[in-house]
Formats: sequence, C-alpha cells, structure tokens
Amino acid sequence: MTALPTRKLEAWRYTDLKNLAAISFVEATPTKIVAPLPDLGIPRIVFVNGTYNAALSTPPDFLSSFAKVVDESSLPLVQINAAHAHDGATIDVPANIDAGAVMLVSYANAEMPMAFHPRHRVVLGEGSKLTIIEVAIGQGVYWHNPVTDIILHEGAALSHYRLQDEGLDAFHLATIRAQVAEKAAYESFSLVIGAKLSRAEFHATLSGPNATTHLNAAQLLRGRQHADFTSVVAHKAPNCASRQTVKSVLSDHSRGVFQGRIEVARVAQKTDGYQMNQALLLSPHAEIDIKPELEIFADDVKCSHGATIGALDPEQIFYLRSRGIPEDQARAMLIRAFLTEALEPVTNEAARVFLEDTIETWWARK
Amino acid sequence: MAAVIETLETVDALAAQKYKYGFETNIAMDAFPKGLNEDIVRMISAKKDEPAWMLEWRLKAYARWRTMEEPNWARVQHPPIDYENLYYYAAPSGPAPKSLDEVDPELLKMYDKLGIPLNERAALAGVESPTVAVDAVFDSVSVATTFRETLAKSGVIFCPISEAVREHPDLVKEYLGSVIPVADNYFSALNSAVFSDGSFVYIPKGVKCPMELSTYFRINARNTGQFERTLIIAAEGASVSYLEGCTAPMRDENQLHAAVVELVALDDAKIKYSTVQNWYPGDANGKGGIYNFVTKRGACRGKNSKISWTQVETGSAITWKYPSCILQGDNSVGEFYSVALTHNYQQADTGTKMIHIGKNTSSTIISKGISAGHSNNTYRGLVKIMPGATGARNFTQCDSLLIGDECGAHTVPYIESRNMSAKVEHEATTSKIAEDQLFYCRSRGLSEEDAVGLIVNGFCKDVLKELPMEFAVEAQKLLAVSLEGSVG
Amino acid sequence: MLEIKNLSASIGDKEILRGVNLVVPDGEIHAIMGPNGAGKSTLSYVLSGREGYEVTGGSAFYNGQDLLAMEPEARAAAGVFLAFQYPVELPGVGNANFIRTALNAVRRARGEGELDAVAFLKLARTAIKNLSMPDDMLKRNVNVGFSGGEKKRNEVLQMALLQPGLAILDETDSGLDIDALKIVSEGVNALRGPKFSALIITHYQRLLDHIVPDYVHVLAAGKIIRSGGPELALELEAHGYAGLEAA
Repeated sequence: MTALPTRKLEAWRYTDLKNLAAISFVEATPTKIVAPLPDLGIPRIVFVNGTYNAALSTPPDFLSSFAKVVDESSLPLVQINAAHAHDGATIDVPANIDAGAVMLVSYANAEMPMAFHPRHRVVLGEGSKLTIIEVAIGQGVYWHNPVTDIILHEGAALSHYRLQDEGLDAFHLATIRAQVAEKAAYESFSLVIGAKLSRAEFHATLSGPNATTHLNAAQLLRGRQHADFTSVVAHKAPNCASRQTVKSVLSDHSRGVFQGRIEVARVAQKTDGYQMNQALLLSPHAEIDIKPELEIFADDVKCSHGATIGALDPEQIFYLRSRGIPEDQARAMLIRAFLTEALEPVTNEAARVFLEDTIETWWARK
Repeated sequence: MAAVIETLETVDALAAQKYKYGFETNIAMDAFPKGLNEDIVRMISAKKDEPAWMLEWRLKAYARWRTMEEPNWARVQHPPIDYENLYYYAAPSGPAPKSLDEVDPELLKMYDKLGIPLNERAALAGVESPTVAVDAVFDSVSVATTFRETLAKSGVIFCPISEAVREHPDLVKEYLGSVIPVADNYFSALNSAVFSDGSFVYIPKGVKCPMELSTYFRINARNTGQFERTLIIAAEGASVSYLEGCTAPMRDENQLHAAVVELVALDDAKIKYSTVQNWYPGDANGKGGIYNFVTKRGACRGKNSKISWTQVETGSAITWKYPSCILQGDNSVGEFYSVALTHNYQQADTGTKMIHIGKNTSSTIISKGISAGHSNNTYRGLVKIMPGATGARNFTQCDSLLIGDECGAHTVPYIESRNMSAKVEHEATTSKIAEDQLFYCRSRGLSEEDAVGLIVNGFCKDVLKELPMEFAVEAQKLLAVSLEGSVG
Repeated sequence: MLEIKNLSASIGDKEILRGVNLVVPDGEIHAIMGPNGAGKSTLSYVLSGREGYEVTGGSAFYNGQDLLAMEPEARAAAGVFLAFQYPVELPGVGNANFIRTALNAVRRARGEGELDAVAFLKLARTAIKNLSMPDDMLKRNVNVGFSGGEKKRNEVLQMALLQPGLAILDETDSGLDIDALKIVSEGVNALRGPKFSALIITHYQRLLDHIVPDYVHVLAAGKIIRSGGPELALELEAHGYAGLEAA
C-alpha cells in the first residue's frame, strides 16, 4: 500500500497522520444500523461501511453501477483509494436535464477499527443540473477515505453540499476533484463538525471560459478535533471566477487548518479569484493555521485573499448584553452571524435548512 | 549591415545605461585558491588575525555546512552552484589601510563614481554637518569606515566586524550567532564558516546614534562569493538607523552573495534597517547576475523594543531573503516594509517572519511585488503567534502588480495562531496597472514608461515613505530605471 | 429612581470619576454637560456595566436595585438603556432578529410572554413609522453600513421598542444633522411620562432645545460641580466651561 503522507510534504505540513498510521484497520464488513439516517424526502443513496445498501436506498434513475477506475494521481490518499476502492456512487446525468436533488449518505458502524475507500463519480452532461446533499455519519474507530470525481460538461451546474458529521473517533480524509468546463458551475459548501481528524481536499480545475466555482466551508470544532480544509483552484481558461470563504470556529483544544491555492495559468486572463478565511478562537488552547496561496502567471487578473483571526469582539458582546441579551446567547448570536457568510451560496432551500438545523443542534451537543 | 551594427551598438549602450554600476575596478588583488575546505577557513581566519575561539566557531560551522543540503523550497530555479569553483576570499593587496588617506585612490574613485561619500574632509572642515557614516566593503574586506571618531565620542562603535572580533571580543562572543544560529540554514552555515567582513555596530545604553550609519557593499572580483556578516546591537534605550546599499559589476557568470545580518534590540531600543539592493541583475536574456541568498533576522529581546526592516530589492538574478523579527520582549514591535521589483529573467522569493512570543507584541507587514518581463516574484511570509503572546497583533498587506503577460506573481503566506486574544489580519491582492490610469497619465502628456514609473512609485508609496530621505529619492529613480523596456 | 452616591471609578491607574452624586427621580429628564475628558462617557459606561472600568467607591441604585452588582443584561432587563455614542456594528446579525432577541430576553426577565416574529414585526413597523425611518432599517445587519445619523436613529428605535425606565443618551446628538436631531428628540419625548426618566449626556446646548431637561448638571474633572435648571445650559453655551471652572 502507498505510504500515508507525512508532514514533510508541504501539502501536509499542518496535518499529522501518525495517529492514523498507528492503527491497524480491518476490511470493512456489513453492519447493523443503530442510528437514524437523515431523510429529506428526496432520492437517497446509502453506503454502509463503504458498501452500497440497496435496502436503505431510494436511488435516482441516473445511478449506474460501480466500475473500478484506473487512476494515475500523484496524491497519496487517492492512490490508496484507487488500490482499495470496491464500491461507490456513479451518477451520470445526460445532457439538458434538471435532475433535482439527491442525498448521498455514508453510514459507518465500526466494532473493530475499519477502513473503507469509496470512489464516487458524478458526470453532468451539457446544460444539466443536480444538487447533491452528502452526509457522512458513524460511530467507532474507522477511516473513511472517499474520492469523488466530478465532471461538469459545458453549462452544467452542480451544487454539492456536504455535512461531515463522522463519529468523534473517526478519521475522514476526503478528496474531491472537479473538472469544470465552459460556463459550468461547481458550487460546494462543507459543514465540518465531526471526526477526530479530518481533511477535505478539493482540486477544482476551471478548464473552459466562464466556468465558476465556489468552495466554501464552515468548521465547528471542539475537544481535540482537528480539521483541515485544503483547496487548489486551477484557472486554466479566461474569464473564470472562483470564490472561497472558509470560516473556522474553534473551541477547547481544537485545531483548524485552511490551505488554499489559486493557480492562474498564462491563458487565464480576466480571472477573478477570491479567498477568505476567518477564524474565531473561543479558547486559549485552540489553534488555527492558514496558508492562502496565489500563483499567478497572467497579468489581467483580479485575485485577492484575506484572512482574519481573533476572538469574539468584547465590544459586540457588551452591546448585545446592554440590550438585555444574556452573555451565552450573545456569543451564540455572534458566532452564528460569523458563519452566515459561508452559508450564503447554499441556495437549495432543503439543504440550507438541513445545515442550519445541524448548526443549531451543535450547541446543544456539548 | 551598418544599420545592424549601429543597432547592436545602441542596444549595448542602452543596456549599459540601465545598470549604471556595472563597471569593473582594476586594482591589485589578493585571492585565496578556489574551493572550500578547512584550510581555506583557517586561512581566512589567519588573514584576519582572529583569536582561536573565532577560528573554532568557523570550523564548527564549516563542519555543519558539509552535512547540510541547499534548500529547495523557494520558488527559484538555477543551475547547481559549484561551491568548489568559487573564491572565498579576495581583497585589495597590501596591508589594510589605517585611515582614509591610505586607501587606494582607485578605490576612492570607484566609490565616488558610485556616489558613496567616503570623504570626511568636507564635514570635518565644517563645510557640511555629517549625517551619514559609511563602512565600505569591497569584495571580502572593509576598506574604509568614516566618522568613527565622531561616533566614538557618543560611545557608538561602528567598525568592520573583523576588527570587532579583535577589539570587542566580549560583545561579539555574546551576540554573534545568537539571533541566527550557525546551522539555521545552509547559507547561514556557509557564511559562518567563511564570512569575510561586514559591519559591527554597538549603540550603548541610552544613546541615540547621532547620524545615520551606512554600509556599502561592492562585489568586484570575478568568481568571488561575498559573505558579509553584520551585527548590530542596540542596548537599553538606544536607537539607530542603518542603511545598506549594494552593487556589482556586470559579468556573464553568476556570483554568490550569502550574507548574514543579525540585529539585537534590548529594552526600549529601536533599530531601523534599510536596504536598497541593486546587485547586478543579469542581462535582458537572464545571463549573469548575483545570487543573493541572505539571512537577516532581528531579535526584539527587550520589552518595548522595536525593529523595522525596509527593503527595496531591484537587483540580483535571484533574491532569497526573509528579514524577520523575533518579538520576544513584551510590547515589542516588528515591521517589514518591502518593495521587490523583478524584470527580465530575475527571480525573487522574499518576505518575512514575525514570531510573536511576548505579550502585546505587534507586527506590520507591507509588501509590494512588481513583476515585469519574464520574471517571477514571490512573497513568502510567516506570522506565528505563540501561546504566550497574549494581546498580539499583526497586520499584513501584500500586493502584487504584473506588467506584461510573461511574468509571474506569487503569494505564499503562512499564518499560525495559538492565542485567542491575538488579532491577525491579512490582505493580499494581485492586479495589473489599470488601462484607465495609464491613459489618464498619457493624456496629460506623460510617456507610457513615465506613466508606468509614476504608477509603480505610487503603488510602492507605503514602503518608500519608510526609507530615510536620501534613500527614498534614490529608490524612486531606481524603480523607474529598473522598469525600462518593460512596456510597449 | 436613579440614585448615584459618591461614585468613583477608574480606567487602569487613571481615576476618572471622583465622587459623583446624582438623583434622577422617575418622570424627570436630567442633562449632564461638561468639557471633554470630564468623565461623561465613563459615567454612562459604569452605569451600564461595560468591562474595563473599575468602581473604586460609592454606589448606584436604580429602583432600589444595586446596578453595580448586576450583569449588563440584568441592568437592561431592569429597565436601563444606554444609547451608545458609537453604536457597535454586528456583521451578519439582522437588525430585526437582534431587536426581537433583545426584546424577548427583556420580556422574559420581566416575566412577560415572548413575542413571535409576526407580532414583533407589527410592533417594529409602527415604531419605525413613528420615527420616520426607512423600512429597510430592520432588514439590514445591525449598524453595518449605516451612516452616523442612521446609527443614532437605530439606537432610538431600539429604545422605543425596549421601553426602558431609564434611558442614558451618550452624546446622541454628535454627528446628527438637524432633521435627524429632531427625529431622535421626538423619539425620546414620546417616551416621556411618570415612569420614564433619562440622563442626557451632551456637549452642546442644541439637543436640549428639543428635549427640554428638568435639570442640568455640569460634570468636570469627575465631579458634578454645578446643578441648575435648563437656563444653566444656555449660560454654558454663552460663556463656555472655562469661565465656569474658574468661578
């Protein structure tokens, strides 16, 4: 098996997998479901311990069967996935269809430490539309290492909303690669609240003119959770736009990581690239590491990034309290306001309500 | 045919004009054999009459260097450097001059040509009041340091570091390598083994240095590495402003410059360090030019201390340089103001590190990168807030400007915070000169090049205003000259 | 009734209030005037419970409750309202949500039922209309992108909805044009009644043309050095603080 990446690799300088490497995982086996699965009344594709579960699924008609893929990626986790992947969702929407919304649920129940490496593939034909609401939940010690390949043909639009709510002993290392053709749009939002250690690594390639992508995320961490959001947006055609807003709310001993790179090729004139990372540290022991990178080879571009790190503003808390709002509630209001911006592009009503409700319940989980 | 020759001549003349410091000075030189080994280190030490502890320090550094590898993380590319094919020591022959009168007139002429005042007479005769004291370093040695006596009256020590090793061993022992450990990186280890000369400055307790101090570096000899070493110490309540300028002749081969600069500021002390780096950048095809691999770091060791770096980097084929601040004392302040301009095939990978350790420490980073021609310009920086740095503040602004579509502009900031009360703000933008700005200037009668020069100077204003007056004017001209041929 | 006795407070090592004595009975409006640095804003912050001010002596009771021992939100629930000199911006927090949350927190503390969104909006729209404010005031984020005048009007809107028993207006007139000044004044005057009292902190007389106070006090160097009727404000306007301090 390909070795796990170490911190010696620049791309992994802030995320250490030695705790993962120390565990010997067994092959994932079928299991029983002991927690309710989310149901939004839309078609649902369910994987249990990494294997498709027909009984629990109400698949959409454009779901086809899994086909093993050949992959020459240099990314270590993708190589490991390629070597082990035996299942995954293959979604193929023909041209000019509004395919609505579909849920993709990964449920894990690990009695023994176990690893699974699903390989998902989403292809949208010219002018097609789809919304995917992806949820990862589970319990026990397990390693979920999904790779999702997304191909959007001309004018296609995929909205991809992800809730990573894995069990608190789990490792979640997801790689998402998106090819976005002319006038196509890949819009994603990830809400990260679960797992002991997690990383979502996005590679979005804007390969045709006027392609766009949003890679937004919110991390809400506590305890000793570690969450890494890494993205590489490659602008390879003119007039493309990319937006990234990542917000981190870090309490206790948690640690958030944001690494984002915008690459602008020589041909990609009129690129509009934007990255913003904001972190709220709620505890003296929390840590944030940020590395926003711009790599630009075209001159007629507008690229910017910004980062702010700080605690809640005492002035704002006092203002709220002076109006009669108790301190806890004031803090919660300000944190929710802080997250609002990252949630803005979530245009699908059902997804938005689902994610907002999840954030609401996060407070009560303590 | 004639027309072709004439054209070629014109181009040559233009090229020469662009880098007006490209002449060579013919002067008798002593040089050690090429290559690096323990014997060369011993010879350098012996040549400088160094005490045994200094030789030992060098040998240790040499041994460490042998075990290290050249760093490759920066966004710069160059053919491998053959460290065995370099001269590690070159100096004007004969005994070291004891006063200005003994300095070789050829050298004085050269500094005159460069516009460096090595002449104390006018000031001493009372014609003008001295504002700048200069240490001039030619290849491996310091050839003249002016106004030493004037400075000595207020207790300021300003001398070649080789002299300080002999005359002020306690100070050198205490502080040399205390900010940048010998094995901090490949080039600092190399420098520690073979450093030849550079400036030493000590400002005693409570003294505000009465004039600007300045060192002027010149690489003249062929195939010679320059390994300057500078150490500046500002004791409690002291303050100093220090300027550094650099040039080299135009040569087809690349030359190595691997300097180490250490600053130490004790309680309430202030050090302002300004650089205008104009080493030979190579020709329009990327041939020749200096490899400028420099380690600069300041330690704000005392409470309320302040270290401010200002740099205007227009020269060198490759610049690899990260003037940094370790903010250890409570309430200490670090600043980094930088303009880096690359043209033709130049490469710059430069930025800073601000390490916040003490309480209420604050840092400001303003970086302006301008890329033209086929050049690549990278800002790389680290802001690190340690758990104890309660109330720390950082503000970073790094802007890049691209001129032409064959160049690259890159921004690689690292931000790490481990204290909730710290506040860190970072902004970066990349853009090109707006057409409407250019048109507006041209409609008022400016040529396109003048318009670009004007706009670039405006873009850099926040940094240039940090330079001492004389340098600011020079730097503005330098920016305009360095951009010649970048438009149209 | 607000009763301040011998109140002293400092910021860090600096003593700002040096024994302030003041009684504001229900139904009365008192103005506090004084030169810059006299301690006017400090007094308003100490009364509303902002951190960073150390009370070094004295007391402040409102309707028999020890204000200085209470959390800021408890003071608000007890009926104390501070109109900020520099209202704070809350990006991402909708104004309607903010005011409704505040109103319900205060109502809860007073044992009153909470208002649902519909009931609140009805109430808020009426208040906005009464204050001649634009409707979108409720939709925007709290004070974000507001002009100086809009921020002050937003303070008055909150006051109108929270119905405090004691309003402290900290330089509410600063930065207001004459129309905004009138609107703000009308907002305060509309609350006037036997159960409402106010402490109006101002540098200038002009606000007092619109909100006529029952008493005027002069605060200088952390102490009230003179008290009088509305005519005292006119006298200050004519002769300045300098002459008064010399006297």
